[in-house]
Amino acid sequence: MAKITFNTHDNNTYTVDVQNGLTVMEGAVQNDIPGIDADCGGGMACATCHVYVKEEWLDKLPAKEDGEEDMLDMAFEPKSNSRLSCQLTVSDNLDGLIVNIPSKQG
Amino acid sequence: MNKTDVLIIGAGPTGLFCAHQLGIIGLSCEIVDNLDKAGGQCIELYPDKPIYDIPAVPECTGEELTNNLLQQIKPFNVKFHSNERVEKLKKVENRWHVKTSGGVEFDVAAIVIAGGVGSFEPRKFPVKDCEKFEGNSLFYSIKDKSIFNDKTISIFGGGDSALDWAIELSNSSKVNLIHRRDGFSGAESSVQKVKELNEQGKLNLFTKYQMETIVGDNKIDCVKIKHDEGEIKEIKSDYVLGFFGLIMQLGPILDWGLNINKKTIEVNTESFETNINGIFAIGDICSYPGKLKLILSGFHEGALAARGCFKYAKPDEKLRFEFTTTSKAAQERLGIKK
Repeated sequence: MAKITFNTHDNNTYTVDVQNGLTVMEGAVQNDIPGIDADCGGGMACATCHVYVKEEWLDKLPAKEDGEEDMLDMAFEPKSNSRLSCQLTVSDNLDGLIVNIPSKQG
Repeated sequence: MNKTDVLIIGAGPTGLFCAHQLGIIGLSCEIVDNLDKAGGQCIELYPDKPIYDIPAVPECTGEELTNNLLQQIKPFNVKFHSNERVEKLKKVENRWHVKTSGGVEFDVAAIVIAGGVGSFEPRKFPVKDCEKFEGNSLFYSIKDKSIFNDKTISIFGGGDSALDWAIELSNSSKVNLIHRRDGFSGAESSVQKVKELNEQGKLNLFTKYQMETIVGDNKIDCVKIKHDEGEIKEIKSDYVLGFFGLIMQLGPILDWGLNINKKTIEVNTESFETNINGIFAIGDICSYPGKLKLILSGFHEGALAARGCFKYAKPDEKLRFEFTTTSKAAQERLGIKK
């Protein structure tokens, strides 16, 4: 179990408990957090679960698989701390993770 | 005006199978889709990825599934309208008139929305000012490449479309290719070609840059691009092209008065009819308690929606429940000769 915090672009903060093994995207969708569309349902095929990861967390996350960076090319305003939240599998190590949700997903 | 019993919106697996079910019960239909081919997400998002949960098909790809469905509806000669997005809806007595983005008009008894997560549309630049140039000097697809002859074109993106157009247009125009990182998602051979052209001075490649602002009055004057480290460059441009793939959007359907909840349309589970009589929704776009976004659920929903359409298409007839294994009428419709 990990506590994950989502900051929306309009300055709302949501902190939710996400079960180990789920992805950060699933944690957001199950808790109705606005701004994570996840149109393709976690297939790394749409870039609508894009988040910005707080800098101090970047190195602690699972590395990007082939294809994630390609999909991020399509995301709305990608930055160096951009990740697809469907690719971030939750474990105890992610307890306290903070991500910012972009103003739009597309 | 295309007159038919039912208009299906969306040519994904759910829409295609619904056409089959309409055909079996003797109703005609036509299908509209905003993509240039049938298959929906199966073709656009995962043509080569395997699917393992189609009943009685242990494994198939999105492309195989689409081809099989097209094969299955062949006897019904369904008319497809590709590259068309539905826009206007009007009730005329007991029928619906629908008009598409390209001006195609339909006169139908019922409508089945099988639109998935929405129609596929090009992703746009985040920079707000881009909107005012869209369609005259800023494009997300190319219809007539001759307008670019001897002009300066700034192309944004790192996939095959961006690379291919950069290479192609570098023959007849001055091309700048701008991409947010050093890596590209397009084919390696195209990446090498672009790098060669850049070294030969036939194209200017800017990596780790993204658009910051776009400047001009009626026409684009220049774009300002910003490096990861903060440096800003100004590049003169007559035209700007953006290739960032496709995104799914509900579009004009949002204004049809349907009950929409979180980008899905509420339906009943008896006939998958929406809050508007004669308009049905099936597949990923519909929602009801217990909804599963699986292709197999879309097939079931399509079978029931097709039967729901019957009373609108043939109000004076009663639908008889029959099996394809034994029904003479169904087999005739399928063109089976005995």
